[in-house]
Amino acid sequence: MAAVTATPVKATPPRRLIGKYVQPAAFLIVGLLVPTIVTNVPAFEDRWLPLTTMVLCAIFVLFTLGLNIVVGYAGLLDLGYVAFFLFGAYTAAWLMSDFFFQIDPGIHIWSAAVPTAPGINISFWIVLPIAALVAAIAGVIIGAPTLRLKSDYLALVTLGFGEILPQVFRNGESIKGFNLSNGTKGIAPVNAIDMYWLSWTGVVDDKINVFDYTTRYYVIFALCLLFVLVSIRLRDGKLGRAWLAIREDELAASLMGVPLMRTKLWAYGVGAAAGGIGGAFYCVSLGGVNVDTFNFQFSVIVLCMVILGGMANVYGCILGAVILTWVNYTGMKEIGNAINNTFGTTIEMPHYQFLIFGFVLVLMMLFRRDGILPAARQKQSRAVDEQIEKIGTEEVPA
Amino acid sequence: MTELLLDANQIRVEFGGLVAVNDVDFTIPVGSIVALIGPNGAGKTTFFNVLTGLYKPTAGTVMFDGKAVAGRAPHQIAALGLARTFQNIRLFGTMTAAENVMVAMHPHLKGGLWQTILGTPGQRREEHEARDTARELIDFCGVRGDSDEFAKNLSYGDQRRLEVARALALRPKLLLLDEPTAGMNPQESDDFIAFVRRVRDEKNLTVLLIEHDMKVVMGVSERITVLEYGSKIAEGTGDQIRTNERVVEAYLGKAATTGAST
Repeated sequence: MAAVTATPVKATPPRRLIGKYVQPAAFLIVGLLVPTIVTNVPAFEDRWLPLTTMVLCAIFVLFTLGLNIVVGYAGLLDLGYVAFFLFGAYTAAWLMSDFFFQIDPGIHIWSAAVPTAPGINISFWIVLPIAALVAAIAGVIIGAPTLRLKSDYLALVTLGFGEILPQVFRNGESIKGFNLSNGTKGIAPVNAIDMYWLSWTGVVDDKINVFDYTTRYYVIFALCLLFVLVSIRLRDGKLGRAWLAIREDELAASLMGVPLMRTKLWAYGVGAAAGGIGGAFYCVSLGGVNVDTFNFQFSVIVLCMVILGGMANVYGCILGAVILTWVNYTGMKEIGNAINNTFGTTIEMPHYQFLIFGFVLVLMMLFRRDGILPAARQKQSRAVDEQIEKIGTEEVPA
Repeated sequence: MTELLLDANQIRVEFGGLVAVNDVDFTIPVGSIVALIGPNGAGKTTFFNVLTGLYKPTAGTVMFDGKAVAGRAPHQIAALGLARTFQNIRLFGTMTAAENVMVAMHPHLKGGLWQTILGTPGQRREEHEARDTARELIDFCGVRGDSDEFAKNLSYGDQRRLEVARALALRPKLLLLDEPTAGMNPQESDDFIAFVRRVRDEKNLTVLLIEHDMKVVMGVSERITVLEYGSKIAEGTGDQIRTNERVVEAYLGKAATTGAST
């Protein structure tokens, strides 16, 4: 046995550098400049890239980052992510409106509501962690009995929860006389985001008013940044390694001392927290909740964002979320308009949305299975697999 | 009487009507190297799975280091100090060699969710030390590939060695090796015998191995237990086993022991 004594000096591969510096820097710079760019280019603001869509993009980025922890990192297929979105949104609606008007005089904690308003009126910034916590607890409660199931069964059960919860809220107008969700009428209006803690600088008003999409964008962008940090820190730590190990080989992981249940529940909890925060912001940004928002389609779209962008890669997920949200809310419509204006046709592009969606996903699976920006891990291991596949086909000519 | 690290008492495992392990008594003295052998399908791996908590025995008790193993989950048993390798390699393919080893440090690392998110100095230091320890273990086990290489890209021999490194990261008291020299050439097997001794002495642990290569078994084990059809048919030192009629019969058939009389 020849002893290999020389330690090979290994240069950091360029891919790693891109992942480590270029992608985060691009995300940060582009993200910060979005409102400036959008508001200064009329074609963007009026048609192609309205700030309202950019706010939605950022909300979906948050959802996608959350689902990525569950699906991408831990490898647990969750088709009921809408449940956490729902909990976050309703938590904000309960705690930031006069919905519980029975409480009079109302509870006010640094709220943007008028001081005489009844109900629970708590500052958005306090509601955020509460919404995250409520969603995380919901995640753990849903997860505890279901996470013992293996992949396909888990997907089905989460799908079930994702269907049941909206139904409960749809019919939750009078649970033994108690109005939980106001049923199909939803809860509105919800208080605006209060900004007292920053308004003394003169940069922003006391609260974010209805048309102020720039401030709103920066708030959700900051939340996205926070979750990018959380995702990356967790991925590189003890918990992230345990998630990966479970994804790779659950049995081996448990025999190496990884507690399966607890580790999976953390993934569910953290992923759900992102859903809760996104939900709370969504609710406040729209000024209310409507139960029709929470449907199966939402879960599927967010999953598509994770897959399209690149499973387990934070920046891939961001890209996937931005692209799909833009296509959904602006792209289809504007591309349709552009085609109609040029050729004098009357195609209703948005009607073909799912046709095109499906087609793109099929193409992706054929040519770029790991998404637009795959995680370094997947990319390299796939490359090796493909080489092996090739060798296989060469050796056995058909 | 030497102190026992593991004391399995009347272990019985049934799968439906099939008795995979039949009332086996088995003990391992602290600091020894013992082997479990037997023809294919004798119930060796099933027995391993009972020890590591993957299977619940139909009857019988396992005491490890003075604690009952029954009723504990696999990860809890692992944390008690019982680590294993696998007959068919089960590394985490798309994790690097170092990461594979670090996974097994899970029970020993303190950094929780919040420390990790906040990146506290304590957590960072711990991660650094874990990485260094992982590299040391990888070197110790003689993995020749890069510790930053994905496990699935390592050579077969390296993968086998990495499995041992990963098991050692649990800081086990008892190391279970399931056919560790499968697929190794005689030279590598010899190196492996020396390595197992070195691990036992330097890491202060006890080793139990399942092995088919008799040269390895005889070379390294201080005591050998033979299973056949789930039952223990012999137990003793290498010489005792070598000359035991039941064992020779089990391996070579009855004709071998009675001459060519049939």
